[in-house]
Amino acid sequence: MEAAVEPGNLAGVRHIILVLSGKGGVGKSTISTELALALRHAGKKEQSISLMSVGFLLESPDEAVVWRGPKKNALIKQFVADVAWGQLDYLVVDTPPGTSDEHMAAVEALRPYSPLGALVVTTPQAVSVGDVRRELTFCRKTGLQVVGVVENMSGFVCPHCAECTNVFSRGGGEVLASLAGVPFLGSVPLDPELTRSLEEGQDFIRDFPKSPAFPALFSIAQKVMSEAPARLS
Amino acid sequence: MEEVPQGCPGTGSAQAGRGASCQGCPNQRLCASGAGAAPDPAIEEIKEKMKTVKHKILVLSGKGGVGKSTFSAHLAHGLAEDENTQVALLDIDICGPSIPKIMGLEGEQVHQSGSGWSPVFVEDNLGVMSVGFLLSSPDDAVIWRGPKKNGMIKQFLRDVDWGEVDYLIVDTPPGTSDEHLSAVQYLSAAHIDGAVIITTPQEVSLQDVRKEINFCHKVKLPIIGVVENMSVFICPKCKKETQIFPPTTGGAEVMCQDLKIPLLGKVPLDPHIGKSCDKGQSFLMDAPDSPATFAYRSIIQRIQEFCGHHPPKEEHFLSS
Repeated sequence: MEAAVEPGNLAGVRHIILVLSGKGGVGKSTISTELALALRHAGKKEQSISLMSVGFLLESPDEAVVWRGPKKNALIKQFVADVAWGQLDYLVVDTPPGTSDEHMAAVEALRPYSPLGALVVTTPQAVSVGDVRRELTFCRKTGLQVVGVVENMSGFVCPHCAECTNVFSRGGGEVLASLAGVPFLGSVPLDPELTRSLEEGQDFIRDFPKSPAFPALFSIAQKVMSEAPARLS
Repeated sequence: MEEVPQGCPGTGSAQAGRGASCQGCPNQRLCASGAGAAPDPAIEEIKEKMKTVKHKILVLSGKGGVGKSTFSAHLAHGLAEDENTQVALLDIDICGPSIPKIMGLEGEQVHQSGSGWSPVFVEDNLGVMSVGFLLSSPDDAVIWRGPKKNGMIKQFLRDVDWGEVDYLIVDTPPGTSDEHLSAVQYLSAAHIDGAVIITTPQEVSLQDVRKEINFCHKVKLPIIGVVENMSVFICPKCKKETQIFPPTTGGAEVMCQDLKIPLLGKVPLDPHIGKSCDKGQSFLMDAPDSPATFAYRSIIQRIQEFCGHHPPKEEHFLSS
């Protein structure tokens, strides 16, 4: 007989989305941040954003966290069980690249709190797709529902002549979505303003509505809001 | 390899085999006997194996997606253009092994012989090893915890028949965790020439890279220098430059000045690099006149000079 699961600190969270990739540097953290901001703007009421990261626990930003798996797993469990998350519509969980300790720990710790889903991020190149398809296998094996695929760094429009160049090749996002049989949520183009605003801690969604990246990010957030509940229930 | 219990104190810890979470672990007796605290015999075995390898270079970053594998592959290609130089490329990114694709070796399998595993050869003088060659399908996910990944890295270093090699390049995953600790630990007796650290210009990358530099200092790994990738984008149509990843805090140049580490070079963002990698071809051959190719070649030369000026302490090159 299974013991009843203590809802604990995640009892007030309505949806949990893991942002995954297999690949490093595709923009998981960027997309996680922008998704959180876009969900906030797309939501019906003014909502605040809460944030937890190991970064807040370091004494200096240059401090290296040189930990092996078991210690990392323990911290992730603490983030889930010991943080007073309160009432949240969405909990967006940013992950490192790979399919290892952190990912298994996150899924194990969050699984009791459905609905739980994954947003998978790739860039357009085949090298990215090569890694990210393994991440989709991870999702399948761990029973993690995939809400959809986002293709990041999808083309760059030269500010001087408006020529669009496929800096990181093309096509990866749609290929991946069709391989996995999941929705393709959209392509986000490269925008140096997006990078700059992230580094300077600005609210990109509020400050750059004219950016080429804005419509894509907003549309992705809206799709997550409308499709996630159906896919995850 | 056995699963590690959740509260494992670590095999080298004083509590090894004695802690509450050790109960029921298949290795409990071994740990309690102190075996875990003894140095791993593989370290000596790897030292012996590495006697035929003149120079060992680790390619690191703290950050993902800055171009470690791209750089490692092209460092290997560049060095191997001299057919008298024997080059080996080892991919220890267990979860995301990109090297087989970038080197045009997808679908290749590893063969075992009496002297160990044979690397997969791109050219006569360029051999490659990756967990990618051990997977039967491109969808196979390697969902391993740390200890199993470490075991694989140990096997790669100990059981691969590298032969006589001038340069062994080790491509790593992003971060400062199991794979990096294991690579440094297992090679600790074998003298690593140094680490090449890859970054992109923006502060988000540099922040992670500073942690990687700290890691190198912590484990006493010499740093050959830093490469700034995706430095500037040159529009193929109008040829004007744009910084897609703005160096909001001065880029790698300022970081290297602050930390007194050599900046080996800056590589511009050329869309052909991604395409060559996707096709599994050498970008240096595909686009010999690209400014990115010139940058790569200059960086490779500086690395060779570093290795030439810092010869390994022991000079035991066994002939086969």
